[in-house]
Amino acid sequence: MAEFNTHILVCGGTGCKASQADLLKTNLTKRIIDHGLHEQVQVLQTGCFGFCEKGPIVKIQPDNTFYVSVEPEDANEIVDEHILKGRKVERLLYKDPKTEEKVGDSKHMDFYKKQVRIALRNCGFINPENIEEYIGNDGYAALGKCLESYSPKEVIDLIKKSGLRGRGGGGFPTGLKWEITHNVAGDEKFVVCNADEGDPGAFMDRSILEGDPHSVIEAMAICGYCIGASKGLVYIRAEYPLAIQRLKIALEQAKEYGLLGPEILGSAFNFEIEIRYGAGAFVCGEETALIHSMEGKRGEPTFKPPFPSESGYMGKPTNVNNVETFANIPPIINKGADWFASIGTEKSKGTKVFALAGKINNVGLIEVPMGITLREVIYDIGGGIKDGKEFKAVQTGGPSGGCLTIDFLDTPIDYDNLIAAGSMMGSGGMIVMDEDDCMVSIAKFYLEFTLDESCGKCTPCRIGNKRLHEILVKITEGKGTSEDIDKLRMLSHVIKDTSLCGLGQTSPNPILSTLDNFLHEYEAHVEHQSCPAGQCKALMQYVIEDEKCTGCTLCFRNCPVGAISGEKRSPHYIDQKLCIKCGVCFEKCKFDAIKIA
Amino acid sequence: MTKIKLADKAVELIKGICAQFNNQESELINVLHQVQHKLGYLPAEVQEVIAKELNMSVAKVYGVVTFYSFFTMLPQGQHPISICMGTACYVRGAEKVLHEFKRQLGIEVGQTSVDGRFSLSCLRCVGACGLAPVVLVGEKVYGRVSPQQVAKIIAEYQEACVNPQTA
Repeated sequence: MAEFNTHILVCGGTGCKASQADLLKTNLTKRIIDHGLHEQVQVLQTGCFGFCEKGPIVKIQPDNTFYVSVEPEDANEIVDEHILKGRKVERLLYKDPKTEEKVGDSKHMDFYKKQVRIALRNCGFINPENIEEYIGNDGYAALGKCLESYSPKEVIDLIKKSGLRGRGGGGFPTGLKWEITHNVAGDEKFVVCNADEGDPGAFMDRSILEGDPHSVIEAMAICGYCIGASKGLVYIRAEYPLAIQRLKIALEQAKEYGLLGPEILGSAFNFEIEIRYGAGAFVCGEETALIHSMEGKRGEPTFKPPFPSESGYMGKPTNVNNVETFANIPPIINKGADWFASIGTEKSKGTKVFALAGKINNVGLIEVPMGITLREVIYDIGGGIKDGKEFKAVQTGGPSGGCLTIDFLDTPIDYDNLIAAGSMMGSGGMIVMDEDDCMVSIAKFYLEFTLDESCGKCTPCRIGNKRLHEILVKITEGKGTSEDIDKLRMLSHVIKDTSLCGLGQTSPNPILSTLDNFLHEYEAHVEHQSCPAGQCKALMQYVIEDEKCTGCTLCFRNCPVGAISGEKRSPHYIDQKLCIKCGVCFEKCKFDAIKIA
Repeated sequence: MTKIKLADKAVELIKGICAQFNNQESELINVLHQVQHKLGYLPAEVQEVIAKELNMSVAKVYGVVTFYSFFTMLPQGQHPISICMGTACYVRGAEKVLHEFKRQLGIEVGQTSVDGRFSLSCLRCVGACGLAPVVLVGEKVYGRVSPQQVAKIIAEYQEACVNPQTA
């Protein structure tokens, strides 16, 4: 690396790759070679920078220049202007929406100012396909330290002291989990990394694996040393081809460097890692279901105890942690438990990665210290609500979580506060909703997901959720009664109390949470057959206001079903029998003449 | 469902994949991944061969195939279209986009068009939430898709079918 004086970092996350980041990188490389600069300037593909809203991102080191929304055609200008002449390409810099000023580097962007990056420390900084870059950034130092100077018990105590809790959603103390598995006697034990991110709208784990796979490998080896396992398994979604590819490359490199395999770093410790593919089942996020799936069976959960720490994969003691939890381990060992424990709140230490999405200006991947408020996340980092609309709610915890309303904007985010507020931390999906979102429809959306993903083993989840869904459909069609609202609540509690696994026990949460916070929306659907947000198709009509319609025929020409009629230059009319409520006319009209009634 | 006769070559291929995994029952999911990757789908006849090779019941193989959403027993279209139904895409209007695809292709989710060109499915979060709503055609990702763009996207592939040289 030393011979290069400049590095052009191109984001290689899924979002940016979808926007032609590959071609952009090719063009940049070509231009650099054309100018004969390939000895001094290196073009690299890194993991996700997090600022997905403005992808593809290009960052230039060492001056930290941060270019946004870069197209493949911009490559020549970047090389010619920035690299050759040392002038920043102004038009590609990020414009601060508040001050309207261009921001030259990422350190001064609101999006990054309040973030603290521990799990994502290397994402967007190193080439994930080159182990030497990871090593150059303290990589594998923690593993070396553990093998050389600490006993397994000492490492476990250190993790316990740091206060790290499981980042998959439950928040179980990681050190304690390791200790339990350490204490169970067994000739063979396993370390499992849960990379089966199934939460719709969440992509934290995949981004870590795409951007910094070695941190997970290193942490798994450390875990193996602590609990006495010589084999690790990564259970990853088959739908994540890029993450799988990078993980495979990383595993090969680690083996080559003697960081996996027999007698690691001259110690007596042996460790190897295999990949297991998930095949798309949300319930496999549950430990016992995940283990059954790894054994080649249907991913159905089983009763706990016995916990996986006693009897897990192939009946052997198994420690399961998720990707983000593992990514936190090496920095804790390198920088100490006290450093980690100094970040966050009393009972939730460190940081949390969130996939911030929905109706927000800055969609992206963020890592924030525990204890930050929702207001800071949404308005400072997220840049506020899209199109200047009104904030309605933020959904955390995915299909197992709930909605937080405006009343909770100033609540510090940590495991316990979110549960007290009727939601949960979950794996890190954070979806922002505005005034146009119907909360009954949102509850229905999550129920559809649960219905799809219920494994069908236990009755409350399999049949109960179906009934819940039917009631919600009835309500969104304007056929619900007030008894239906009571039924929803009662049935939800029964399902929570009687389901076998976490999926069933939490599946009614989106309903309960919306009932608690947005009862008036349910009531409007039931009592007045109206949807306040104008989302429920059965309850809405598009109508043309005669006074505003100029008869431009734009709606008439765009209507896909020919439901609009009228003479040129005179008001048009929508035939409600033909209208499929697609909303094209509403979006096309330049005179604001189409209203939702 | 009509019975299909597997070509000898396909049977050999399946047997080869099973052997790669030492005909171990615990490797079933890996075997299914590989076979589907090669053959495109997992009809009953394929499952029968796998069951025999791994020395397990066809019912168990079927149980696993139908449990996981990644496995399919129906052949996919030449251009499989997947609409992301993650929450981020949903709140940004994925449902309207899906509706438009269904209407224009005349098929439901999980079906393949009569000419075999397109199949339609939903998936949960591609991880490109910044581009929501997202549609995948094959491996290609389309971001910020509106219902009005649907016809254009479909047309892109219809031409590609007529004129394979340009593809």
